[in-house]
Amino acid sequence: MIFRLAFASLVARALTVGMTILAIALSVALFLGVEKIRTGAKASFADTISGTDLIVGARSGSVQLLLYSVFRIGNATNNLTWESYQDIENRPEVDWIVPISLGDSHRQFRVMGTTQAFFERYKYRSGQSLSIREGAIMDDLFDAVIGADVAAKLGYKVGDPIVVAHGLASFTEHDDQPFRVSGILEKTGTPVDRTVIVGLRAIEAIHVDWQGGGQIQGQSTPAETLRQMELKPYAVTAALVGVKGRLKVFGLQRAINEYAEEPLLAILPGVALQELWQIVGIAETALIGVSAMVVITALIGMMATIFSSLNERRREMAIFRAMGARPRVILGLLVFEASVMAALGALLGLVLLYVGLSIGQPMIDSAFGLWLPIEPPTLREVRVLLGVVVAGAIVSMVPALRAYRMSLADGMIVRI
Amino acid sequence: MTDPTEILRLKDVTYNWPGSASFGLHVPDLTLARSETVLLLGESGSGKSTLLSLICGTIIAGSGRVSVARTDIAKLSAGQRDRFRAEQIGLIFQQFNLLPFASVQDNILLPLRFAPERHNRLSDPKQEATRLCHDLGLPDGVMSSKAGNLSVGQQQRVAAARALIGMPPLIIADEPTSSLDAATQATFLELLFAQSRAHGTTLLMVSHDARLSSQFDRVIHMADIAQTTRGAT
Repeated sequence: MIFRLAFASLVARALTVGMTILAIALSVALFLGVEKIRTGAKASFADTISGTDLIVGARSGSVQLLLYSVFRIGNATNNLTWESYQDIENRPEVDWIVPISLGDSHRQFRVMGTTQAFFERYKYRSGQSLSIREGAIMDDLFDAVIGADVAAKLGYKVGDPIVVAHGLASFTEHDDQPFRVSGILEKTGTPVDRTVIVGLRAIEAIHVDWQGGGQIQGQSTPAETLRQMELKPYAVTAALVGVKGRLKVFGLQRAINEYAEEPLLAILPGVALQELWQIVGIAETALIGVSAMVVITALIGMMATIFSSLNERRREMAIFRAMGARPRVILGLLVFEASVMAALGALLGLVLLYVGLSIGQPMIDSAFGLWLPIEPPTLREVRVLLGVVVAGAIVSMVPALRAYRMSLADGMIVRI
Repeated sequence: MTDPTEILRLKDVTYNWPGSASFGLHVPDLTLARSETVLLLGESGSGKSTLLSLICGTIIAGSGRVSVARTDIAKLSAGQRDRFRAEQIGLIFQQFNLLPFASVQDNILLPLRFAPERHNRLSDPKQEATRLCHDLGLPDGVMSSKAGNLSVGQQQRVAAARALIGMPPLIIADEPTSSLDAATQATFLELLFAQSRAHGTTLLMVSHDARLSSQFDRVIHMADIAQTTRGAT
């Protein structure tokens, strides 16, 4: 009966109680949302590359190399010459090697030149291979395979023409050498979704008539002629390398890092990711801290609400006391009410999170390439929710103890 | 020695509000017999509320003895006093008697939650609550109504039913008719007396309205049973 009365008391103060629950719900949704984005981003980054033992590029920072070669974030400061690439390819430890050439773009999407081996060797999310949703991988020199997001955003279908722009933010286009969409990839949740993939030879082909960043005036080699030409790249941006046996990875890494002909850098993707986590760790902690503070603020708000209701509820407490309730029953009632409010707030927060996720998931994916899975609450999230309820109960002890003292002082007679 | 017929005895009781030397109460001797109806008259500030708090055990006398049903309540722990109050005393206040958000039934049954002996006296508490409501002239179906939706007169009757349920030996009514109009007052008192007599309950009613005197077995004046002291605040 006491619990029923406590519920009835909460219902009687529906507006203030509702606002308190909403504040807690929003803070919980924010906290869990930040957690979802944080863990989703981590998982998304970690899932982006799998099965590649080393990434090789011009000497820079390992995180920088990882970011521009795999995540298409930032740019390479230098390239890897084709001779060096071939030297690495010919090393006995190397099982396979895939070149990556970045630099051009189509609309806001990166264009990546590579070989057909990329489709075979590039793995994501614990060893999954790329698969073609529609069409086929490049067969002709001017074929392009586009990621799922490129197709969705630009409304492309197989057979549509694509004109590649020179550089990343250039108004100059290789419009004399248009590509054709030969295939559209299945969605992967990786930067590949936002990439236009063309052949490495094609990158050379569209630059045949270019010099010093611009097209040589009046010169445009016909496509058929280009198809007949022997197009050898001078340099590539990076290379993904698979090694024959795990034990040889470090030896090959050392050999590449000590390569005398050119300053190169070979990184282990997993180690570089760890470095990246260390760099973003402070921001991550700050983000968690801020969202935790929002939850604490909401709980303090609840405490303030209980405090402000104490005076108007002195009569209610006096009636309980007159009927024989001990002061600790009053204390327990207030703690119970606060726990109910915190629990309802936590549950509503969870509902808001899932509603927000279902609405925001495609938008976040399209804007940031971050796929946030809608899954049942994790153990960590359940612990957070329980933590909110426990924290609510603890916070409510402050006004509850005041109510305890008030009920001792008032007894059963309150003149209001 | 205590008289087995007495339900309440205050002997040489003194009380001073803690932290305040401005008000003190001294009750040399006050005795109420079982089944007696007593009207306690007193002006505002005469110490009536302090006296009621002493009887109910929410405050403890500085000296002297307060016995309810032959139990010296000062010898009980705070928790025991709360339970003792629930078991032995039914209370009706001047107004705001009920939990407005709760149903009439929950309001009436509330003291039984803290008084197992009172609860055990009843084979079916809900039926008894319904019977009391009926006997007190409340409409059928009132049990499920929210207390806050009732008229003041109806609320006072619900409060009376709550005080009477489980037949506590002592009912204390603190100016229960002051917020009622004359006609409702008379009906309320009539019903309260009838129920008290039916249950053999002692009724101590506090009021400043001397016109009610004729309806009680005994009338006592606060000024006759207690001395108050007032100092500078």
